[in-house]
Amino acid sequence: MKAFRSVSGVVAPLDRAHVDTDQIIPKQFLKSIRRSGFGPNLFDGWRYLDEGSPEKTENERQINPDFVLNKARYQDAKVLLARENFGCGSSREHAVWALEEFGLRCVIAPSFADIFYNNCFKNGVLPVALPAEAVDALFAAADPGPLTLTVDLEAQEVRTEAATYGFEIDPHRRHCLLEGLDDIGLSLQYAEQIREYERQRRSEAPWLFDALR
Amino acid sequence: MGGRTLYDKLWDAHLVAEREDGSALLYIDRHLLHEVTSPQAFEGLRLAGRSPWRIDANLATPDHNVPTTDRAAGIEGITDPISRIQVETLDANCDEFGILEFRMRDPRQGIVHVVGPEQGATLPGMTVVCGDSHTSTHGAFAALAHGIGTSEVEHVLATQCLTAKKAKNFRVWVDGTLGEGVTAKDLALAIIGAMGTAGGTGYTLEYAGPAIQALSMEGRMTLCNMAIEAGARAGLVAFDEVTAAYVEGRPYAPAGALWDRALEAWSDLVSDPDATFDRELVLDASVLEPQVSWGTSPEMVAPITGQIPDPAQCDDPVRAESWAGALRYMDLAAGQALTSIALDRVFIGSCTNSRIEDLRSAAAVARGRKVASTIKQALVVPGSGLVKRQAEEEGLDEIFRAAGFEWRDPGCSMCLAMNADRLGPGEHCASTSNRNFEGRQGHGGRTHLVSPAMAAAAAIAGHFTDVRALLSEQGEQA
Ligand code: SF4
Repeated sequence: MKAFRSVSGVVAPLDRAHVDTDQIIPKQFLKSIRRSGFGPNLFDGWRYLDEGSPEKTENERQINPDFVLNKARYQDAKVLLARENFGCGSSREHAVWALEEFGLRCVIAPSFADIFYNNCFKNGVLPVALPAEAVDALFAAADPGPLTLTVDLEAQEVRTEAATYGFEIDPHRRHCLLEGLDDIGLSLQYAEQIREYERQRRSEAPWLFDALR
Repeated sequence: MGGRTLYDKLWDAHLVAEREDGSALLYIDRHLLHEVTSPQAFEGLRLAGRSPWRIDANLATPDHNVPTTDRAAGIEGITDPISRIQVETLDANCDEFGILEFRMRDPRQGIVHVVGPEQGATLPGMTVVCGDSHTSTHGAFAALAHGIGTSEVEHVLATQCLTAKKAKNFRVWVDGTLGEGVTAKDLALAIIGAMGTAGGTGYTLEYAGPAIQALSMEGRMTLCNMAIEAGARAGLVAFDEVTAAYVEGRPYAPAGALWDRALEAWSDLVSDPDATFDRELVLDASVLEPQVSWGTSPEMVAPITGQIPDPAQCDDPVRAESWAGALRYMDLAAGQALTSIALDRVFIGSCTNSRIEDLRSAAAVARGRKVASTIKQALVVPGSGLVKRQAEEEGLDEIFRAAGFEWRDPGCSMCLAMNADRLGPGEHCASTSNRNFEGRQGHGGRTHLVSPAMAAAAAIAGHFTDVRALLSEQGEQA
């Protein structure tokens, strides 16, 4: 897994609540059997004026000049700023793959939907939940901006020239992300416990085993 | 120690290890797979040289991409080459690893959340996961069930466990009795309206109370299916005789002496009377009316007798902006009566509402009536091949066809329009699915979430209408 220690860069303000994963990466791009190739279609329905399809290349598309990621001052943004409940809806991890591939390594919002939040950590993307007032202040500074900030996972801080905001994060997730650890490898260290659990469970509830053959 | 909730019990029973940092390894009994979120997970396994931990825990079926016509052709019938590759990849992966799969021509194929319960592959007391957010559906069986991402699919394949953190307990208590023409779907929408789409974030919901106990398993599945739309990864309903009656005799359910043992174990799958919940919401089913969503988030709902709310009257500025944006996208106006919304298409299907009971309830409205001439298309898509077969045995397909509905083959279909079934830009659709997000049913399409009975009524009228009036009309004629 990709590690994340800190990232510094421009923040793109997406002033919307409840941004769902259908918007982050629309369904027509989920047909790929690969993990890459999603960046050009991040926020497809908002970023372009025409309807996207996997067959169309980027330069065949009509850019929506009003969409935040298309504005010159937010080119090369590394951090996305949004409102509450970011990433709600479908479990598609493609949403995180698209953000990451586009170059957004961190999303700051007052709150996140659970599945999206989990998926971020598997892909070296850091979701940072800040209090609504802090998010308000960042929106005010980022638009028109541009605002540059540093997200420091080690120190658990978001720093701008004007302010520093601490954030909470689960210690296990923080550790895995800082070190870029392989989740599966970590869990397989418990292989003996898993087998023991299965032995126990099989004797208590045998109907849970061997049915699907 | 105080009593435990149903969720506490399910969690405790599946705990393999707890780490010092508070994270836990949770054992997974059942893993469901479909073609969209699994290819990268299988690829990851191969790249790491790992093999699945326990083959017999997995069940796969293609559903998102499959066409709902021309199924006799099998995979060859998928005209979109990229869709076809995805379905072929699932078949190849299941072959390679020996995973049980119901393929396109298998009568057991269908939407994964319809198939699991129907086959008895979903059982009370299990942990069930799938790379799909609507896995919450299976919570109707007093099973801890939730959606996971593709990396987690790979993790479950490789370890039979999930790294998890315990959620908090939220009880949704529903008193009273649902009125005629008011269904589990209306209840699901009303609950989301009351909680908001983030109201359940970080919680496991347990639906309880007299109105929940009175629901069929189909109704409970509809309710739990939409727990994710309230932000909760999992929804639960306690085990009772209704659950047992549904599960008994299913192909993969225990039988004979094992059945008796299982029943005994399952009888504990209820929250203890003295269990405490971190939050609670109480509703009265008796006053509930059929619901219609008017916006681009499932929390934007109103009763059919109501109007679209005015963003100017909303005191939360972020929310007001969401409402205003939704009205622009939907091309609707504040204050407009819901019954004035004209429809272009009607979709009856999806893992929320494509089970036999849903089709019966839509057919009861459609019987002897005609789809309005202004409706371009009215689709009925059963949730599985077996639902389809049963509906045909009951003659429901004839009722639908006679009324002007199209009777299709099973799959996700227009719920998310990955196959050929979709809305055109600007079209309004009465849909029994679960998400009304922008573009969900097709680029620029406008989705209204309703129950199967309300969708059928809308198809007949050409606009939304109170299905209770149609039903009482029928009552008078009978
Ligand atoms: S029917 Fe819709 S919500 Fe259900 S699994 Fe299929 S696409 Fe997802």
